[in-house]
Amino acid sequence: MATIYIDQRPYAADPRTNLLQASLALGFDLPYFCWHPALGSVGACRQCAVKQFRDEKDKHGKIVMACMVPALEGTRLSIDDPEAREFRAAVVEWLMTNHPHDCPVCDEGGECHLQDVTVMTGHAYRRYRFEKRTFRYQDLGPFISHEMNRCIQCYRCVRFYRDYAGGRDLDAFAAHNHVYFGRHEDGVLESEFSGNLVEVCPTGVFTDKTLKRHFTRKWDLQSAPSICTHCALGCNTIAGERGGVLRRILNRYHHDVNGYFLCDRGRFGYEFVHHLRRIRRASARLAPGEERREIARTALRGRLAALLTNPERVIGIGSPRASLEANFALRTLVGAERFFQGASDRECGLLAEALRIMRAGPGRIPSLRDVAESDAVLVLGEDVTNTAPRLALALRQAVRQQPLLQADRMNIPRWHDRAVRDLLQDRRGPLFLGAVAPTRIDDIATRFLRASPENLARLGCALARRIDGHAPEESGVLPTDAAAFIEEAAAALLAAKRPLVVAGVSLGSAALLAAAANVARALSAAGRPAALSLVFPEANSLGTALLGGGRLSEAFAAAAAGRVETAIILENDIYRRAAPRDVDAFLRSVPHVVVLDTLAHRTADAAAVVLPAGTFAETNGTFVNHEGRAQRFFQVLPPDEWVRESWRWLGELATGSQTAPAWPNLDAVIAALIAEFPELAGVRRAAPGADFRVGGQKIARASRRFSGRTAQHANLDVSEPKPPDDPDSPLSYSMEGYPGQPPAALVNLFWSPGWNSVQSVNKFQNEIASPLAGGDPGVRLLEPASADAAVGDYFPSPIGAWEDGSGGALLAVPRHHIFGSEELSALAPGVAERMPAPCAEMNPDDARALPVQEGGLVRVTIDGRDLVLPVRLEAGLPRGLLSIPVGLPDLPGLDLPAAAAVKGVP
Amino acid sequence: MLSILKSVWLVFLHLFRRKITIQYPEEKAYLAPRYRGRIVLTRDPDGGERCVACYLCAVACPVDCIALGATEDEHGRRYPEFFRINFSRCINCGFCEEACPTYAIQLIPDVEMAEYQRQNMVYEKKDLLIDGEGKYHGYNFYRVAGLAIGGKDKGEAEKESPPVDPKSLLP
Amino acid sequence: MSDVVFKLVLIATVLLVILHLAGFLIWVERRLLALLQDRLGPNRAGPLGLFIIVADIIKIFTKEDWIPPFIDKPVFVAAPMIIMVTALLSFAIVPFAPGAVILDLDIGVLLFLGLSSMGIYNVILAGWASNNKYALLGGLRMAAQMFSYEVFMGLSLMGVVTLAGSFNLSAIVHAQREGWFIVPQFLGFLIFFIAALGETHRLPFDMPEAESELIAGYHTEYSSMKFGMFFVGEYISVTLFSALMTTFFFGGWLGPVLPPLAWFCVKTAGFIVVFIVLRAALPRPRYDQLFAFGWKFILPAALLNLVVTGALVLWKSS
Repeated sequence: MATIYIDQRPYAADPRTNLLQASLALGFDLPYFCWHPALGSVGACRQCAVKQFRDEKDKHGKIVMACMVPALEGTRLSIDDPEAREFRAAVVEWLMTNHPHDCPVCDEGGECHLQDVTVMTGHAYRRYRFEKRTFRYQDLGPFISHEMNRCIQCYRCVRFYRDYAGGRDLDAFAAHNHVYFGRHEDGVLESEFSGNLVEVCPTGVFTDKTLKRHFTRKWDLQSAPSICTHCALGCNTIAGERGGVLRRILNRYHHDVNGYFLCDRGRFGYEFVHHLRRIRRASARLAPGEERREIARTALRGRLAALLTNPERVIGIGSPRASLEANFALRTLVGAERFFQGASDRECGLLAEALRIMRAGPGRIPSLRDVAESDAVLVLGEDVTNTAPRLALALRQAVRQQPLLQADRMNIPRWHDRAVRDLLQDRRGPLFLGAVAPTRIDDIATRFLRASPENLARLGCALARRIDGHAPEESGVLPTDAAAFIEEAAAALLAAKRPLVVAGVSLGSAALLAAAANVARALSAAGRPAALSLVFPEANSLGTALLGGGRLSEAFAAAAAGRVETAIILENDIYRRAAPRDVDAFLRSVPHVVVLDTLAHRTADAAAVVLPAGTFAETNGTFVNHEGRAQRFFQVLPPDEWVRESWRWLGELATGSQTAPAWPNLDAVIAALIAEFPELAGVRRAAPGADFRVGGQKIARASRRFSGRTAQHANLDVSEPKPPDDPDSPLSYSMEGYPGQPPAALVNLFWSPGWNSVQSVNKFQNEIASPLAGGDPGVRLLEPASADAAVGDYFPSPIGAWEDGSGGALLAVPRHHIFGSEELSALAPGVAERMPAPCAEMNPDDARALPVQEGGLVRVTIDGRDLVLPVRLEAGLPRGLLSIPVGLPDLPGLDLPAAAAVKGVP
Repeated sequence: MLSILKSVWLVFLHLFRRKITIQYPEEKAYLAPRYRGRIVLTRDPDGGERCVACYLCAVACPVDCIALGATEDEHGRRYPEFFRINFSRCINCGFCEEACPTYAIQLIPDVEMAEYQRQNMVYEKKDLLIDGEGKYHGYNFYRVAGLAIGGKDKGEAEKESPPVDPKSLLP
Repeated sequence: MSDVVFKLVLIATVLLVILHLAGFLIWVERRLLALLQDRLGPNRAGPLGLFIIVADIIKIFTKEDWIPPFIDKPVFVAAPMIIMVTALLSFAIVPFAPGAVILDLDIGVLLFLGLSSMGIYNVILAGWASNNKYALLGGLRMAAQMFSYEVFMGLSLMGVVTLAGSFNLSAIVHAQREGWFIVPQFLGFLIFFIAALGETHRLPFDMPEAESELIAGYHTEYSSMKFGMFFVGEYISVTLFSALMTTFFFGGWLGPVLPPLAWFCVKTAGFIVVFIVLRAALPRPRYDQLFAFGWKFILPAALLNLVVTGALVLWKSS
């Protein structure tokens, strides 16, 4: 730590930072625009001007930009210096000359960094009396509103979009005071991380278009800390509610997971919560053959009690998108031997294998931050942009790690963004990418190789053997360009300090998982402790794998044998999990199906009783993310008479009583869970329990300036109702609560006096871009014994016999889409707009052989089922492969990869 | 002692003074134009709703008796979908009027709003919106703001130059 | 027999009139205070706003009779009754007209002094039983105030008794046929009047209530008719002291032309008005000033008055 003097007082500062960062960390209110903790400094906006003095005798000083001066030992500066103050006020005044008179109709108003800085510098009245320059805005797609008039030319948008997120289609145009930030023409922003522009832009140029549809100011939202449900990474979010409507999702800083950024699926997928298909009331079929009807509480209780009279004949099917607590509650209700995991058989197998690998620990399990800090990466098979989008953004940072060493050698601090980028130019660290088809990170790959899943596994095994001769030998013919790939990758990974292997279950290949684990194992054996990041499909995939349970096919078999009278299906559309004919047969053979879910779907249509479950926004629970981190999400929509946590419904079913359920609150479920699974003991520490108080007070969901309390519901009844109780969490549905900063797991609002924008996150950290004060939330459940402890055996990689292009049929491989493949987010209107039309992709050579043209229809027969899809030619796809989109609505549950017979449809 | 007697005497003489009481329902007191009474929503000189649903009145309200919801017309002009004031809570402080950036919300010298049912004190937008400009004439927020709305394109507001062509490098 | 009937009728009449008068005084005070402050006061309900009394009574009877859980219940309930009883009993000795006196006692003055001393218990007990710091402070102030003003109230009357040569109130009135005692006993009158203000704890001497300091003093915890009894009791006391001042210093029923009862009523009403005018005009003194005034100024003055009167009487008779 260095000692710096701010206004003649000594302070301790990290010499690796700059003065702006140090001042902010010390709690000073120093305005800035172009600096961003994740983007570094460029010194463009001139807003953070301070006066620097040579030594204690220097009374004159000089004005410098705080963000461009390192916080070296003995640095003397003055923030309060009148000249510096005047300078900053003048800068804002100039920036404001063309700023429109829009604040009342601007979505950023009230959480605008420009407003905050304008107030902070004291610029209160516009003196500029002349014409303002104007711009036309662009239509940037369903997520982002654009209003260029408001721009203050800080360049943060292009620095994030191009430099950080690797986007291509947003840039700065024109010159002098006409500089324009946008696309070259109207159109959808291509980057999957465009939503972060909303938080990166210091003013209202880029705003959230989904929020605009139900616009509410920041101060009017009731917020709760939440966890993204749309993939397995478990990004931390803040969900904002008003008037019973979920209004938006914001990033919730987590040092190790999502940092400052989210993907667009996570940010804009929330609108499924208010989809028309939401189940809002319980309904039941009272006699066979009848329609289901809404049913009163008492009748429902009787009906359910009747269905559960014979506990030996009741089974439960869990769900990887339901919370750990909900799955556990179902497992407790039906008994462990009659509880089945909700994922497809193949996925269950893969998850079990992945869990086995993670427990054995061939490498560290990296967090997203660890991923971003890795200096050599091997991606094996996973199309991360589409299956775990935020991971792709982390990988984009990982490839900067090696070139950054060059900057270190030249004594250029890493925060000095412009200088570093000028030095590094286009140099990138090693990232080796094996995939079945072109991916969105091909542009950062040192080398990529496209092959079938089995061949990728073979490639992995060969690479492992190249790194460590003890690795098992793999027979079979490698693709032609594999040799160079293996050589280069082995060299790069062995040269790296923190090598990383990324794989996942999305290609449905256990061999691939084992191969990736073997690469990590080989690296560890070679003295390069590697990290192994495995990607899973759903928010709680790993959680359900930890709980265990039978396979769906076993459930189907039990039903076919007539051993099942009642099946309780938890938050799961099993038509997405197994072949429709098997599901049809299952649903027919079970006399009573009880579905507990948030959204009506085909499974629910067949059910005798449907109970409304709550979404992530209406419930409290825990998800276990891809690295085994248990993270708690909290209710933000006030509870409803009917829509409730699944575990609460199940707790009532267990005892048959609403007043005395099996578990009175979430803490009781977690206590029971831990008693049964000691491995999950960390779940309790993921967040403070319901009895947590600060100074006797709960944490308020509503902001301190929450408005309309006595008028919001006055049209219904002029007497204000009592705010809803929340027995499960230390958060209250009220403005009343502890006014200070809560523990990190309960932070539901980034706000600090004078800092109304999301930039106030600086005030929640001890050091800038460090963990939230008090430690980041979440508890990792799976810590391998030690990173470099002798790392078990190699994993046998069961590579199938399939060869690329062999035989007449093609190998259908799954194609995931960031927008559409995930069940819930696909129902959000904005995401649905970005969803691609389903199509089968194949190599042009394969298409010529059929023959079929681009756009022509083909009949694809997989496992005895016909699909008719238009063809898209994809030269990047190896011959013999047919990529079929998965998870898109109206595409039945396919078990891929599988052989597919393809015929042209005339 | 004498002063006490004197003040008693002076007070006693007030018995015969003219009384200042105004016999309210029959006689009406003079209320200045800026008297803070009933709240109305006004229209701009072109007859459009002045309120742009910015929520500033709601947040300024110390008793939180204003609730509204923003929406937009097809041209991007923002207006309140609903606007509700619970006058049974209102303390006529006038903060909402001070906070209003568009002169939409105004307090007028009308204090006669007693009701037998408290529910009737809840005023919706249809009860609040008047057809005139109220106390402040001639102001139209959208003529000053940079936002384009129906009938006013970019660069057509007061003191705005026409939109820039970002593909031109000319000065 | 007819004597007993006459007494009973008189008792009934006095009770009826006094109680109604108390209610009426609520209106009188509110109107008069308003007029003194250039307002009109309650003038809406009925002619001249007189029905406000009915409205007040309905209101006070129908309010929730709240007995706080922390009080000493028997004492709390008994306290407001004491003032009613003592103030009403004192009217027994007041001669309204020749012969129209309920109890023509030879020790009338002493009975009155005794009852007025009893009266302070209502405040002290109310303050004590309320178990409330403001109420207790109010009660303590009342005790101290009563103790000091009681002394020279008695002394101030001794001059009158000396001149009249009797403790009988009718006799005192008769003794004024030659001239009202206000002339020889002007100092005595002033002292008695000040003491009356203290005894009735009316403004400016309402230390035990002192809204601005003690919420409502001794009756902070009282509501509904229990509060009403304090309220009405105060007006009865005002009426009583006005009647006694009339009797002691202004010749009672004596007067030309009009019937005796009318004279008595007119004089009493005049004093009631004075009480109200004083309330409108004077601020409340500080607590210590009140006591300094009482002990250092009024008491010597009362003694001086008694000595000079006695000396004059002795000199005259000798």
